[in-house]
Amino acid sequence: MREHEQQRNGPGGFNRRDFLKGSGAVVAATAIATAEQEAQAQKAAAVQGPGKVDVTLTVNGKQHKLSIEPRTTLLDALRDQLNLTGCKDDYDTTSCSGSDTVIIDGKAVYASTRLAIEVQGQKIQTVESLRDGDKIDEVIAGFVKHDAMQCGFCTPGFVMATRAFLNQKPKATLEEIQSGLGGNICRCGTYKGITACALEIAKKGGA
Amino acid sequence: MRPFEYVSPTTEAEAVDALNDHDGQTMVLAGGTDLISLLQRDAVQTQRVVDIKKIDTLKTIEQVDDGVLIGATVTLDEALESPLLAGHDSIAQVIDGHRAIQIQSSGTLVGDLCQMPQCWYFRNGFGVLGRKDGESLAELGDNRYHAVFGNAGPAKFVCASRFAPSMVAWGAKVRVIGPGPEDEQFVPLEYFFVTPRLESQGVNVLKPGQLVTHIWLPKAADTKSAAYEVLESKGLDRPQAAAAVCLQTDGDFVRDARIVMGHVAPTPWIAHEAARALVGQRLDEDMAGRIGDLAVSKATPLTMNEYKVAMARAAVKRSLLRAVGKLDDALV
Amino acid sequence: MAERTVSWGPRASNKLIGTETTRLDGVDKASGSAKYTADMNQEGTLYARLLTCKHASAKITRINVEPAKKIAGVHTVYLFKNEGDDCNWDGDIVAAVAAETADIAEDGVRAIEVTFEEHPHVVDEQDLDAARKAEATKEGIVDRTVGDPDKAIAEADVVHEGYYGIHTISHMCLEPHGAHCTWNNGDDGPKLTARHSTQAVSTTGAQFATKFGLDATDVRVICNFIGGGFGSKFAADEWGWAAAQMSKDTGRPVRLMLDRATELKTPGTRPSGFAKVTLAAKKNGLITAWKSHHWGTNGPQGGTIDGNQMPYVFDFENKRVEVTGIKTNCGPNRAWRAPNHPQLCAITDTAMTDLAAKLKMDPIDLYKANLGQLDKVAQENGDLYRAQLDRAAELMEWNKKFHAHGESGGGSVKRGLGVALHRWGGQSVKCEADVRLFEDGAAQVSIGSQDLGTGTRTVIAMVLAETCGLPIEKVTAKLGSSEYVYGNPSGGSITVGSVSGGTRRAALAAVWKLLDKVAAKYELDGKSLTVGNEAVWSGDKKVCSWKDACRLIGSVPISEVGASPLDDGLTSKLVGGVQMADVSVDTDTGIVRINKMVAVQDCGLVINEMTAKSQVYGGLIMGIAYALSEERIMDNKSGRYINADMENYRLPRIGDIGELVVEMYQPDSEYNRGVVGLGEPPVISTGAAIANAVANATGVRVPVLPMTPKRVLDALKGGQA
Repeated sequence: MREHEQQRNGPGGFNRRDFLKGSGAVVAATAIATAEQEAQAQKAAAVQGPGKVDVTLTVNGKQHKLSIEPRTTLLDALRDQLNLTGCKDDYDTTSCSGSDTVIIDGKAVYASTRLAIEVQGQKIQTVESLRDGDKIDEVIAGFVKHDAMQCGFCTPGFVMATRAFLNQKPKATLEEIQSGLGGNICRCGTYKGITACALEIAKKGGA
Repeated sequence: MRPFEYVSPTTEAEAVDALNDHDGQTMVLAGGTDLISLLQRDAVQTQRVVDIKKIDTLKTIEQVDDGVLIGATVTLDEALESPLLAGHDSIAQVIDGHRAIQIQSSGTLVGDLCQMPQCWYFRNGFGVLGRKDGESLAELGDNRYHAVFGNAGPAKFVCASRFAPSMVAWGAKVRVIGPGPEDEQFVPLEYFFVTPRLESQGVNVLKPGQLVTHIWLPKAADTKSAAYEVLESKGLDRPQAAAAVCLQTDGDFVRDARIVMGHVAPTPWIAHEAARALVGQRLDEDMAGRIGDLAVSKATPLTMNEYKVAMARAAVKRSLLRAVGKLDDALV
Repeated sequence: MAERTVSWGPRASNKLIGTETTRLDGVDKASGSAKYTADMNQEGTLYARLLTCKHASAKITRINVEPAKKIAGVHTVYLFKNEGDDCNWDGDIVAAVAAETADIAEDGVRAIEVTFEEHPHVVDEQDLDAARKAEATKEGIVDRTVGDPDKAIAEADVVHEGYYGIHTISHMCLEPHGAHCTWNNGDDGPKLTARHSTQAVSTTGAQFATKFGLDATDVRVICNFIGGGFGSKFAADEWGWAAAQMSKDTGRPVRLMLDRATELKTPGTRPSGFAKVTLAAKKNGLITAWKSHHWGTNGPQGGTIDGNQMPYVFDFENKRVEVTGIKTNCGPNRAWRAPNHPQLCAITDTAMTDLAAKLKMDPIDLYKANLGQLDKVAQENGDLYRAQLDRAAELMEWNKKFHAHGESGGGSVKRGLGVALHRWGGQSVKCEADVRLFEDGAAQVSIGSQDLGTGTRTVIAMVLAETCGLPIEKVTAKLGSSEYVYGNPSGGSITVGSVSGGTRRAALAAVWKLLDKVAAKYELDGKSLTVGNEAVWSGDKKVCSWKDACRLIGSVPISEVGASPLDDGLTSKLVGGVQMADVSVDTDTGIVRINKMVAVQDCGLVINEMTAKSQVYGGLIMGIAYALSEERIMDNKSGRYINADMENYRLPRIGDIGELVVEMYQPDSEYNRGVVGLGEPPVISTGAAIANAVANATGVRVPVLPMTPKRVLDALKGGQA
């Protein structure tokens, strides 16, 4: 197998010189020892915490100033500091049920896998942004129409995942919906209604 | 989670500095899909988290003259959209196989290579070797998801990386920097992963104060590649076995082959003998099955995981057929 | 005109009842506006975290909470156990810490100094010999013989012997168990408010009161929304008391929710059941004898499933049933959606399908051959099952798709069909409904009940609106507070019957009072008047609008409380149900995929077809879960519940359910018998139907559920050997 590898990469394999022969961007990416970067390295990045630090979050278009520890997850900051409890906590540590799905800079993200401190300056959207009194997003309307909920605890996370997914793939097929929304779990068994809702909106998107 | 400091460097040099300028444990945060979970479970502890997402040089996929460089904060969905990876079918297939937009938009390829074992003994606080009171829980307890190769020593876990099989098959390397400010090395991925004999040895070659900044992949050229992950669910899931192949072919005949199995050993498991046996052969269903048999012929299953051998065999067979466009769609 | 009698109206006259009506709280739930217990944040709320035992069996030799109390931000520690106490399973709760933030509470938990003395454990619930060797069994929990089974077996044309089983599962409520408690030190209102994630709003208050020496009336329990219960959330529970105690100690509201691992380990599981079964039959399929020996565990108590109900749905002239319980260091059991039935069905209906295969019969024909031998509970269901089997077969295209056992042809992916059937009671119980009509035209029903996601809130609104002749938007339905009239705990599929019966009675009585007022004003016979289309009618002549009628009420609203249950035809009991599965088994990887499921389900009068069907879809999906992937995995070596997280406790995801076809079986005879509950039945026969489809596809019985790829591959290997 060694021979095989050498065939592919040339004698001696890969080395730093190969990098430096590349494009300018790559040089920038790898040439650490430039004078400018040397200088930058001198002023080391600021260490924050472990105690409380000031954190500003942009949530649903509004800025919120918080005083929290670096270890505070975005999930806890949204729920316990900002009372945006549409982002649900499943109290798990494996972050795979999706009940905590929010949209950050247009992408669906598990809020429990982000520290609040690291998403400063990014646009955070929670499910609360999809409702303004009687004005509701079509995904919410679709979930109601297709009874895509029972106990409702996973529902806001599913709504956010569906919203982000359809923004990315407005004409999604059934198969794409099933794999795109595979990051959320419902215990009561409401997948049929969710699928019907997403498919109906996607069909409109394709019209 | 325990309290920790947070540093968000904007250059690689700052990152190395932040990882090394203090005595305590430091950890690198990229997508967060594994690290935050480990910290929440207290399976690992750190005094400092170094968030590398603000380092511009790690955010891109670039062409270099003999290949492609993927930065450490490039996410799965970004990689899928990159024209530079359009010919690396096996990588795209594994990205598709994640089946969760949340992971695809946060998870990074480098983070996947660096993730810790999913072994439930490790995640429940018994270390990567899964030991308690001098005994191996993984050997004597519920090892249904554990290794069927490379498990003779104390390590019984399986490498958690989903991209490792395909990237090892491609001959990928990783660029590692630190702990010294000038330290930089390029490690062939097949030598990156470690089967530890001691808890302190870790699961890869990274030493304290080092981080992976880039993955280098050769250009796809005319290489045919494919991956096959045995996934119980059609949603977000962990493969119970997987395989990835890179082939050079002349018509139906295989000129050169590389076959790597995943989730069967503490490291990606290269099927040297099976790959050699395929060279010069016509690749059809029957041959793919024979190569699958050969790939798993020396498996050493533990008490509860013999079934994984059959899965690995199927993964090898199906990845070979997939690479040459002969896999039944219903099995994808 | 007709006498005033309590009944449901003629089916054809209904505007709302029987329709598909979207749920009233749908927008609140989908938009995140609905507040669950886990969402409660009040001024000053403290957050609690738990210390649990990580051993299967251990004694606490020392515990010191002082270091935790010294942490800045930690306010109080509650001890569930003290030095010298035993912990009997991994996840047994030791202490709770309440602090300013959840992270600080975790710091507190880590700071508690605790040492355990570990003891030997038994956590294997499947290996009966090992359990006997460890002296962990309770023999003869059931030991019953009827007729002469051995003689019948000796004389039978065909005898089938098989081994079957189904592992323990957890409830896995997405919202864990927990409470947010607040003490009121002022003069007004209840002393303790427990915002409690509960299936029993009207009954847990007394459990809090007793604990704290209060009157039940001093405690208010609120649960507007609950994130899943499935039978596990009926009690105040010690963690509820802990939240209340810590709130009392600190003068601050306290929110205590179980973490996910503890949620899976401690507040209940569905017991496992394994069995050796012998069935004897005549050539025509008539079963002549049943023998079964059961074992399994429900945790430290040492029971398993209810052998007295074996065989399930059927009863045979000759039978012998023995049950051995295993006492394990596993978490305790609680009612899980249709307690016992899914396990009973997964043992009975699988054995019957294997018998059918041996007889070379279609399993549907085997069922039909034995409909004369239904058990005491189901004996009225013979014709129902026949009709439901035929209808389900039609929806599944059974006759076109069915092939003999294992004969699905070449290729590594095998396809097959399976069928199973079930029964459930679902009779309504004591419950009240408080209906009020106001002078401004408002109509309201309130009940100290709860909506588990079944659509209870919408159902009572539909009944009230139908009875008042109003559109559903013009009525108000209130649930979720113990300050309303008594509502039954929601378990056993009794709620919709209980609340709809009470609401209908109260609403009829209220409307009749209103009509008497209208009659007096317009000098008409009250009994000749009806309501409909937001008006009062005399025959087809409009007398006045609903609003005008209500103006006659004056400042004292019409107020009627309707009780349940009464023997007046509004509600009934006993349902059947048939389910069929079409699966593909990848014999190379062991993965089973659902192609299609069919459920034909009766439940008497269906009030809301939409939420009723949702219940059945949900039952099918939970059934797919326990058939294929979900199980508690107890590690023999460490004694731990080793997969207690959402990744390793495997639930199906949106792509895993195949095509689901649900038909509510509701000829007029069903409408006429009134309302019967629906929550449990649709989850019962799913597991057996899928297991039978896998056997039909591969020709090999995968004996134990869930049929994970490992179990399928292991069975195929054994089957080929």
